[in-house]
Amino acid sequence: MSDHEYTPTSKAGKWFNDRLPLLTLANHLTDYPTPKNLNYWWTFGGILTFCLITQIVTGLTLAMHYIAHADMAFESVEHIMRDVNYGWLIRYIHANGASMFFLAVYIHIFRSLFYGSYKAPREIIWIIGIIIYLLMMAAAFMGYVLPWGQMSFWGATVITNLFSAIPLVGEGIVTWLWGGYSVDNPTLTRFFTLHYLIPFLILGLVVLHIWALHVPGNNNPVGIDVKKPSKDTVPFHPYIVIKDTFALLMFMIVFAFFVFYTPNILGHADNYIEANPLVTPAHIVPEWYLLPFYAILRSVPDKLLGVIAMLSAILILAALPWLDTSKIRSAVFRPLYKQFYWILVADVLILGYVGAMPAEGLYLLVARVATAYYFLHFLVILPVLGLKEKTLPIPLSITEPILGGTANLATARNKESSIK
Amino acid sequence: MKNFLRILSLVIVFLATPLSSHAAEKVEYLKTDWSFKGLFGKFDRGALQRGYQVYTEVCASCHSMKYLSYRNLSEKGGPEFTEQQAKAIAASFDVTDGPNSDGEMFTRPGKLSDKFVMPYENVKAAQAANGGAYPPDMSVLVKARGGGVDYIYSLLQGYEDPPVGITLDEGVHYNKYMYGNKIKMSNPLSDGLIEYSDGTNATVEQMSKDVTTFLMWTAEPHLETRHQMGFKAIVYLIILTILVYFSMKRIWSRVETKV
Repeated sequence: MSDHEYTPTSKAGKWFNDRLPLLTLANHLTDYPTPKNLNYWWTFGGILTFCLITQIVTGLTLAMHYIAHADMAFESVEHIMRDVNYGWLIRYIHANGASMFFLAVYIHIFRSLFYGSYKAPREIIWIIGIIIYLLMMAAAFMGYVLPWGQMSFWGATVITNLFSAIPLVGEGIVTWLWGGYSVDNPTLTRFFTLHYLIPFLILGLVVLHIWALHVPGNNNPVGIDVKKPSKDTVPFHPYIVIKDTFALLMFMIVFAFFVFYTPNILGHADNYIEANPLVTPAHIVPEWYLLPFYAILRSVPDKLLGVIAMLSAILILAALPWLDTSKIRSAVFRPLYKQFYWILVADVLILGYVGAMPAEGLYLLVARVATAYYFLHFLVILPVLGLKEKTLPIPLSITEPILGGTANLATARNKESSIK
Repeated sequence: MKNFLRILSLVIVFLATPLSSHAAEKVEYLKTDWSFKGLFGKFDRGALQRGYQVYTEVCASCHSMKYLSYRNLSEKGGPEFTEQQAKAIAASFDVTDGPNSDGEMFTRPGKLSDKFVMPYENVKAAQAANGGAYPPDMSVLVKARGGGVDYIYSLLQGYEDPPVGITLDEGVHYNKYMYGNKIKMSNPLSDGLIEYSDGTNATVEQMSKDVTTFLMWTAEPHLETRHQMGFKAIVYLIILTILVYFSMKRIWSRVETKV
């Protein structure tokens, strides 16, 4: 961040900035040179920051009224929905906000996969991102337990039971996680504590994620290194700020539609039945955003191997910068990778679909094939493709492809005006 | 931008398919016009008041409604009984209160601030009185069933003689909309079972519709506010988005890149 010097104009500002360079930081953030060809897939970073802050603010408000006790949690949620002023609004924003958060994070991750944003020199940004994603899943899972409905209780039972697959110490770990011999009040109170803690860990990691981003700067759709600042970049403010705001507002319209008109469609009806340890629901289904991994878990007949497969499916992403051997970042110049990319997208969507269905017959078969392909993509296709693929010629600068073949800006401008 | 929207909408459509197919399941539910659906959906006040009458005269002898208070009956967006009416309704129930200064529990007439009186002392008592089945609390019942209002509406009209080959145990009834078709609740409604105070003809269909509307309100007491606020919020966001779009175009016109 020491790539430019900044001196505040006022005396007081200079005095303060010499002691704590917050003004330098603010100046860096406003001037931050950003590639000018970023498309709308790049606006999801800002959208995700908005999602995190929304979850924290609504979550704090809910925590003021929620009671983390097995006998009172369900009732306290109904109290929020009925008697707390605009409690229904805050809870519906929080509950749907989790889904919106995951929708945005999946787009953000798949954008990175398409444009090769995880490649050198951005590996650390990518790995921090994977840790954030893991923490998000933990936070979302524990948050879903808090209303203490049937899906809360049985979801918690199924997921914590996965640890029993660990040889020798598994059973002990599960008892330790539960704080007893079944999911009960001690489980609920610790989940509440952790659900409260994790978002702040995520916030800290987001700061590191952005810090690591600001060292090399943004990748871009062309995927080439950009000189900063240059004709290829624009200052973050106002250009990117206004564009991110526009995209965020469109996102908020979709968000508002869910909150105000179909607030329960993404949840499961059984979670409006109070938790009952004696009655097991017909189908125990996780929230939609965990379904692909749930499908992978269930596609392996052995419990321990299933858990390992599920965890590997996430952790394999951390090794992606080294599994992808291609030097070219953007899929725009990798005709074969582009096709495999879309097959992967379809594969993950199929996994999500079969994850929601009972694990039997055709569904199970499809889940197994899709799971195998998922690992094949990362472990075989990507390393081989990088070595074999014939890539398209990449442009020398961002200005070149946009203005149609010439690197000379002045000529290009003349050309453009003569066309008009 | 075009490309972006095309891909995004495809993915959303794909994600929405299993959700909607899940809700439809196998049985086709009976359909009716619900006044509370749609962007401006509101409750039919008459249906809510009649629905309360069906609940209190038919359902309430077995089904509790533990998250509602009598004051809710006169609140905006609900059945909107007058405060006097709600007070009279509350006073018609005996509420156990106490302990008093002698350490004794006592009964008194209900007040607006009281929760709906429960038909049974506890779950065990409810089960004992109903052949082992617990009549579920009705406060959030429509949100706790996959088919929602359509399911409840259909279930109430779904009692039939069992098809040939199906034998039912003592105290079990056949209902074509019930999951597994076997239900412990006997057919609760019959034509003319109650006399509506507003003179409406109390057919099974009418009572089913009214009581289901009432249950939708008990599950979502702020539905009307939600719809009104939602419309305003979305209109506001759309206008702001348009304004920001033109500001963005203006700002980006300084560089020769399209946004």
